[in-house]
Amino acid sequence: MTSSSRAAGTPAMKRLPFVLAAVVALGVASALPVAAQEADHDGDAGTVHYPLRNPEQLTWTFAGFFGHFDPAQLQRGFQVYREVCANCHSMKLVAFRHLGLEGGPLFGDAEVKALAAEYQITDGPDGSGDMFERPGRPSDYLPSPFPNDQAAAAANGGAVPPDLSLMAKARGVGRGVLWGLLDFFTQYQEGGPDYVHALLTGYVEPPEGVEVPEGTHYNPYFNAGSALAMPAPLADGQVTYADGTLGTVDQYARDVSAFLMWAAEPHLVERKRMGFQVVIFLIVFAGLMYVTKKKVWATVAH
Amino acid sequence: MAATSSYQPKSGFAKWLEARLPIIGLVHSSFVVYPTPRNLNYWWTFGAILAFMLVVQIATGVVLAMHYTPHATMAMTSIEQIMRDVNYGWLLRYLHANGGSMFFLAVYIHMLRGLYYGSYKDPREVLWILGVIIFLLMMATAFMGYVLPWGQMSFWAATVITNLFSAIPLVGEAITTWLWGGFAVDNPTLNRFYSLHYLLPFMIAGVVVLHIWALHVVGQNNPTGIEIKSKQDTVPFTPHATIKDSFGLVCFLILFAWLVFFLPNYLGHPDNYIAADPLKTPPHIVPEWYFLPFYAILRAIPNKLLGVIALFGSIAILIFVPWLDTSRVRSAVYRPLYRQFFWIFVLTGIGLGYLGSQPPEGVYVIAARILTFYYFAHFLIVMPLIGILERPKPMPSSITEAVLAKVKDQSGVAAETKA
Repeated sequence: MTSSSRAAGTPAMKRLPFVLAAVVALGVASALPVAAQEADHDGDAGTVHYPLRNPEQLTWTFAGFFGHFDPAQLQRGFQVYREVCANCHSMKLVAFRHLGLEGGPLFGDAEVKALAAEYQITDGPDGSGDMFERPGRPSDYLPSPFPNDQAAAAANGGAVPPDLSLMAKARGVGRGVLWGLLDFFTQYQEGGPDYVHALLTGYVEPPEGVEVPEGTHYNPYFNAGSALAMPAPLADGQVTYADGTLGTVDQYARDVSAFLMWAAEPHLVERKRMGFQVVIFLIVFAGLMYVTKKKVWATVAH
Repeated sequence: MAATSSYQPKSGFAKWLEARLPIIGLVHSSFVVYPTPRNLNYWWTFGAILAFMLVVQIATGVVLAMHYTPHATMAMTSIEQIMRDVNYGWLLRYLHANGGSMFFLAVYIHMLRGLYYGSYKDPREVLWILGVIIFLLMMATAFMGYVLPWGQMSFWAATVITNLFSAIPLVGEAITTWLWGGFAVDNPTLNRFYSLHYLLPFMIAGVVVLHIWALHVVGQNNPTGIEIKSKQDTVPFTPHATIKDSFGLVCFLILFAWLVFFLPNYLGHPDNYIAADPLKTPPHIVPEWYFLPFYAILRAIPNKLLGVIALFGSIAILIFVPWLDTSRVRSAVYRPLYRQFFWIFVLTGIGLGYLGSQPPEGVYVIAARILTFYYFAHFLIVMPLIGILERPKPMPSSITEAVLAKVKDQSGVAAETKA
């Protein structure tokens, strides 16, 4: 009697998990559109999500399995940094000697020396306790435009221009769950340079009825608001490239973004090259392991 | 494990050593002749993978520690020096950072394997509890490691997690101040986290020894959940398990290498490349992916103290699993109902992980509450209940019988596909 009633109860019990699963799935699924709606609803509740616009995904030489930097582009990017960005932004983690290393802008030894010597570096204290100025050496780090954060803020309407050494890794692009999962296979890691490029080229007039606070500049690609303290830094023809590359804002933005990516990840080329070797080795090794495993287990049913 | 030693030293030195410290015999009995169920599948290779990952983390960590400076104003710069100027420093650091993620990936698979095949059941309760302790130590270690770069996420994660202790009635504030070593997360906090981050992995290693010891006393579980009955049910650990574990490990390393060399920052947060700023809260403070389900549980509950209790309870409840499961049958292979609930539980975990990554507003909170309730219900209601209600499938009388039945099944269809 007991066993038959149990048997009758089993099919119903079997369906129970699926009902529960459906409830759970519904709960999660319903969360998505409603929350998205809330995000779109630019109410006064302050639930606007920045950036207002997502950066365009560009093609970079350093993307993907065989990614590598283009030294000419990095040299152009360094020129843009030097002539434009460096007026306000420091780059404390980059030394002159780094500019000559393999996998980077590949300036020659003499070029690096000459470049460093163009800068005056404060050194000391000397034997009598005084600080002194001397020409830069390759081992020096790129000098900062301001002596400290307070001076930087005072000169820039209260906002400290951030250091650019890690900028290309300190910014990203919101990818969502689906793209985020796909990125694992496509190796999309260029959210930082995409963001920097979009920001530099993204200054537009604010739309009708949008108030832009004084001292800020409207940019829908900015990740922390609709306007930022930095005015549009680039203009066509502002920097003259020695290699004849056309001087457009888009070109400057691409070059300086690539340069910032190198500055943030100077061993990227070496990393990907080694990764290629390691992955190939591991795949071959796994194949050999598998064959060996087959042989060891050949006589044992399992 | 020494009890089963059948090692016969051959060389003069081995005889001399064995008479004084039978360590070769110990290794021999534990990792060479040790009888392993012949039907273990690849889910069983994660134990060896985890042991390997612990060694990787300690080895890379010790070298990183030689170059790292645990000071609020210098930590991030010292890590960037490692990335730029230390020989292969970028490799060490990316191995270590992604190694943490791989460690957690492996441990989650390892734990779910235990839940699926009932590896926590009598007589393996202590083995299971030691595993839960390792998991807890891992969480503490990973959290404190994440704080060390002293980036924005490091700082604010430290702030959020240490603030949890302030929810304790009466003494909460005092405990938090004591944890911080001051009145806010600052240099003293970084210093003690660094000290503990270096200490805890060795405690993990210690508990791992106990875990393996307990394993070798009670023996490995296997996909049938049936105890070893005769020598026929087993194969010697070496070469059979050694080669299978090695193959599993190399496959796992391909995934690891893919992350380290091509997507080293895929699992990280860009904000952690911004130096810590106590005056600037990031818009979304999110932990590393492996903490997201627990973070969702914490935020699902409106009361802070209850949220903290739920957070710790969600891990502590694992300790009681051996007694919450009332079924006589171990393996989900023979438990049609439990098997379905197991997968619902896995989906619940993934769902909580997703919700943990989203801002705590609107429907996300409601969904997180439903899933949090279900997370606990799985252990407190589902597990005890289906153990009683479920009617297990007929079971083979031994591992060998199960294996032979499977082989007979497959030989008709095609060549064997899975081990």
